[in-house]
Amino acid sequence: MGDEVVALEYEKMIDFTSASINFELIYSEISLLVAAFLILLTAFQRHLARLAPLVALVGIAVSFYFALQQWGNQMSGFFGMITCDDFGTAFKLLFLVVAALTLLIAHRFLIVKRIGSPEFYALLLVSTMGMMVMANTTDLLVMFLGLEIMSVPLYVMAGYARRSLASNEAGIKYFIMGAFASAFLLLGIAFVFGASGTTDLRQIVADYSFIVSNFQNYLYAGAALILIGFGFKIAAVPFHAWVPDVYQGAPTPVTAFFSVGPKAAGFAVMLRVFLFGFEQMGMLTELFWVLAVLTMTVGNVLALRQDNVKRMLAYSSIAHAGYILVALCVGGNDAISAAVFYLLAYAMFNLGAFAVIVLLETRSGCKSDFSELSGLSSSAPYLSAVLALFMFALAGFPPTVGFLGKFYIFSAAIKSGYILLTVIGVMNSFLSVYYYLRIVKTSYFEKFEGTFAPAPYSPAIMVVLFITVIGTLGLGFFPDRVLEFSQSALFAFL
Amino acid sequence: MVTIPAFLIVAVVLFGIGTVGVMISRNIIILFMCVELMLNAANLAIIAFSRALNVVDGHVIVFLVLTVAAAEAAVGLAMLITIYRNRETMNIDRFSILKW
Repeated sequence: MGDEVVALEYEKMIDFTSASINFELIYSEISLLVAAFLILLTAFQRHLARLAPLVALVGIAVSFYFALQQWGNQMSGFFGMITCDDFGTAFKLLFLVVAALTLLIAHRFLIVKRIGSPEFYALLLVSTMGMMVMANTTDLLVMFLGLEIMSVPLYVMAGYARRSLASNEAGIKYFIMGAFASAFLLLGIAFVFGASGTTDLRQIVADYSFIVSNFQNYLYAGAALILIGFGFKIAAVPFHAWVPDVYQGAPTPVTAFFSVGPKAAGFAVMLRVFLFGFEQMGMLTELFWVLAVLTMTVGNVLALRQDNVKRMLAYSSIAHAGYILVALCVGGNDAISAAVFYLLAYAMFNLGAFAVIVLLETRSGCKSDFSELSGLSSSAPYLSAVLALFMFALAGFPPTVGFLGKFYIFSAAIKSGYILLTVIGVMNSFLSVYYYLRIVKTSYFEKFEGTFAPAPYSPAIMVVLFITVIGTLGLGFFPDRVLEFSQSALFAFL
Repeated sequence: MVTIPAFLIVAVVLFGIGTVGVMISRNIIILFMCVELMLNAANLAIIAFSRALNVVDGHVIVFLVLTVAAAEAAVGLAMLITIYRNRETMNIDRFSILKW
């Protein structure tokens, strides 16, 4: 890219670097924080504390309203620290939907497991707010702060079942890996700062040729360290070891949140950093190629031999991260919108699958092993049908949105000439059919042997299942609106 | 006059010591200290760069990072106390209910 083009882009960008402190930009974050503090303030009084889920839902709804207001309205403020473009707003809306669904999934579970203190909802809201901060900035430092605001409540949530040894262990392991990853990220930011004298990606893009000619080593070292830091967060393969343990040990609704929310936030930041900030860095494509292939393959192969449904879904979430890494490798507007679409679709069917698992786990003595699912089709025919639907969506069968998500990513890859990558991806997809259908097989064709109570009825989870089924099938049959949504969800300054 | 590479070498060495410590240490408290060491190594690098570039941004970044590190330590130690109450051990090899 010549200097002229860079200069031209810089002209276009000037409008965005506004110095004004414009609170309009962060109304949706503020409303989440207000709700969280309200919950913390009322947590001491028992009769008020019962309202916590309601307060949280209202906070999320208000925040959703403000985020919708921002759609199409692209601004920057706080001295260029906060930038609201459609890409960021799309992720804001996604995080809020995920938070609302998680809340509904968690409510009943927390009461049954006797860990239903209202602080859980405050942590959930603060963590969601951190994700929104991450997605709505072009500044590396603000991304780091957003990441920490997201992660610190997540550590607590992973260890939320204080008396459960497994949950303790999950919390401490997640904490160590998380802090370890943020240290790498911070050192990466330090090197990029040293190379460019700024932490704003727009500035880095504008001065890219100058930075590369003078401080190439610092910049490349910084990019590599940042990649390692985010690799941990999205569970790309050399950095995935913590995932299965944490997913299995954490309370199941928290696992549902982990597998969707922080992952989407990590990808939002990665898309922005690597497809916008360091877009002109040549070798990144090859690096992401290797990462994508490793992540898909290792995730799928290890998922084949799991006996615990949560652990299996953990490996499956690694594999899905691999599919989205394909989009990162391909780059360009098509791939970005495909990645956004995929994250949205994945949120739907993965949360749905976890909602079923959570509902089953509210029976006493359940650890969500495969054997506990046997005979489900006769004791709870609707529930097992819904579970089967989500499994088909995870495996990527045609009428569901899971198929479309993969289709968009791989067609973007083929358009850019990544034939081998696509072939590997599709083969992985076939491999994954085995373990997803194993759940269907267990629930439909194996005899019930244990003595579990029938799955309890929970209105909140019914709502979640309704929404996610609509999302999984409805988006699969009528993808136009969502596709339009994800196609306009691009960086404002590309 | 100490030059920038000298500071960077110190920072990277500290970071490396922290990384190795996290990998091989068996005691969780020492593990926490190693993570703090890594964060502070990054801080040192930021300060050195900030001084070299003659801007004050880096100093502000370091304050923010210190705050974050404090928040992280608070949460980590709280979890450590919980786990110690339940198991009465600090050895990470003993935390193996879940396969590591």
